[in-house]
Amino acid sequence: MTKQQVLDLYFLDARHKLIEIAAFLDRVERADGKEDFRLKNFRTALAKLDGKKKNRAKNVLLAFSDPTIKPIGKATSKGATGAYSKIK
Amino acid sequence: MRYIEPHAHMVSRTTDDYERMALAGCEAVCEPAFWAGFDRSSPDGFFDYFSQLTEHEPKRAAKFGLKHFCWLCINSKEAEDVKLAEEVIALIPKFLGRENVLGIGEIGLNKNSRNELRVLEMQVELAAKFDQLILVHTPHLEDKLKGTKLILDVLKSDKRIKPERVIIDHVEEHTVEMVLDCGMWAGMTLYPETKCTPARAIDILETYGAEKIWMNSACDWGVSDPLAVPKTALEMKKRGHLANAIEKIIFSNPKKFLRQSPNFKLGS
Repeated sequence: MTKQQVLDLYFLDARHKLIEIAAFLDRVERADGKEDFRLKNFRTALAKLDGKKKNRAKNVLLAFSDPTIKPIGKATSKGATGAYSKIK
Repeated sequence: MRYIEPHAHMVSRTTDDYERMALAGCEAVCEPAFWAGFDRSSPDGFFDYFSQLTEHEPKRAAKFGLKHFCWLCINSKEAEDVKLAEEVIALIPKFLGRENVLGIGEIGLNKNSRNELRVLEMQVELAAKFDQLILVHTPHLEDKLKGTKLILDVLKSDKRIKPERVIIDHVEEHTVEMVLDCGMWAGMTLYPETKCTPARAIDILETYGAEKIWMNSACDWGVSDPLAVPKTALEMKKRGHLANAIEKIIFSNPKKFLRQSPNFKLGS
């Protein structure tokens, strides 16, 4: 596809998602209480959208990922939060 | 447009879903054994589940003209209890001779714990001993990168395992390359919220090629779409992919991998 075709097919969808992210950040900021590791991960991931860098999707996923290599001692839950923290 | 659904948990779906899949061109559905959304209380629960996958579900699918195949294992979410896992794994050989069984799966990791890893190794041993295909579940979200690396290490360290007989499922942009570099197949799961969207799955195809990749809905009891594969085929068409390229991804590729099992036979 040409750049024009990609924009024709996906621009409005991407614009919609970008505004949703902006509104989410405003919503968190307005709310009372403390942030947690998820928002810190989120801000790190947002920085991966820098216009000069390639492989943005991969780099965003890496920003949310557990970078360690050893198995954990025991699985105490089944779910995932979507963001990595050394201390959960 | 004909397609194969290579990963769907149909025991959790309605007959309406079977009908819609058949209407969309599905010719066969393959069902890996997985978590039921709750932990089974004993090996008997797995015995009944394996019986459901090998006896009851093929009959339900056949009512809509669909072939039904399955994979057997204890899943990683119930693998923390090693004693239970040993007892469940001991049940599997007596089911391997049933005519719709394709191999061992979906084995893998969930939280990347030592016990999960031990149970994964036990099931890789089972697959090697009985010369079975392997279908691997990679962990969710933040655990996927680490889990995929650990899983690949286990598989690569066993020289009896032929990489072309292994599919590593639920790959995303940060794991697909390491899977393909090992010579294994990669599965992309099309989910509305997590894993891959149709647009991202096609991006991956355009970036990494279409030789050893398939797409699946992994529809189950959670947020998922049993028509995700044909909807992604439509998205490919909108992006200008030709009909034969689309058929390769949604029909020929899964057929090529799955027919390595002698039990995978489509109708005429």
